[in-house]
Amino acid sequence: MIWNSWTEFVAMGGYGLYVWGSFGVTAAVIAAEVWAVAARRRALIRLEHGARGADLGET
Amino acid sequence: MQFSEINWFKYAAPQRFYALVGRIVPWVSVLAVVLAAAGLVLGLLIAPTDAQQGDAYRIIFIHVPAAWMSMVVYLAMAFWAAVGLIFNARLSAMLATALAPSGALMTFIALWTGAFWGRPTWGAWWVWDARLTSELVLLFLYIGFMSLHAAIDDPRRADRAAALLALVGAVNVPIIYFSVKWWNTLHQGASVSITKGSSMAAPMLAGMLVMALAFWAYCIAVSLARLRVVILERERHAHWVQAELGNA
Repeated sequence: MIWNSWTEFVAMGGYGLYVWGSFGVTAAVIAAEVWAVAARRRALIRLEHGARGADLGET
Repeated sequence: MQFSEINWFKYAAPQRFYALVGRIVPWVSVLAVVLAAAGLVLGLLIAPTDAQQGDAYRIIFIHVPAAWMSMVVYLAMAFWAAVGLIFNARLSAMLATALAPSGALMTFIALWTGAFWGRPTWGAWWVWDARLTSELVLLFLYIGFMSLHAAIDDPRRADRAAALLALVGAVNVPIIYFSVKWWNTLHQGASVSITKGSSMAAPMLAGMLVMALAFWAYCIAVSLARLRVVILERERHAHWVQAELGNA
């Protein structure tokens, strides 16, 4: 551990904006991608169930 | 001779591959999380401050792995698109389309973190130098691949058209890689080289390599998870897909 305090860690030697701006956006992009894949799967399931419901309604 | 014990072509069938991938994804995901946690501890808590760049250099722990993956994923995408084109293999083409969004995001991360690194070290968010410009072209190639595929209604024709674009665009990957050698650029040369080894301190190098493995695992996990959805979307009239979606 090279940091003496939490504030020192957050400040990143004066480069906090750049370091956390990089790590933060990367984390957000990865979270969004994982969410998007899960949402795409849910949307497909919803669509197929809807189609099935319509089929049942007709018969 | 018992050559036929494992029939590899078995997995060229989307249904079999779907099941196989379903077993692989959770393990690779766990691996990605563990490696990322270890890499972040090494990079943010253990690696010392750089003598020249201060703590701004810590951006390297995501910038370099993302930039590597942006090129690796492109080559994988172009390779599978080519296999799909040459052998008329449906599953290969699906894998290429599943890789594209992950590659585009890796390229975006490389460009974004590059800007946040360039600002404190060069004094500019962006410069039109060979490395940065060719990486931006890579982002446009990914976007072009996805847009072209989405613009053509017949998925098999879309596969073929997008595969051609991917193959032509592959020439950009060596241009990115060698751009720091071929042109006089602001971007620093390779910190890790196969021929010359590394110019970095041990904990820095370890952190970067662990993060690179984490990005590898993440890209594999998320692309395969997306491939499963692509298979279901494109095979949705097959009986097994209806069963998988809970409709049968």
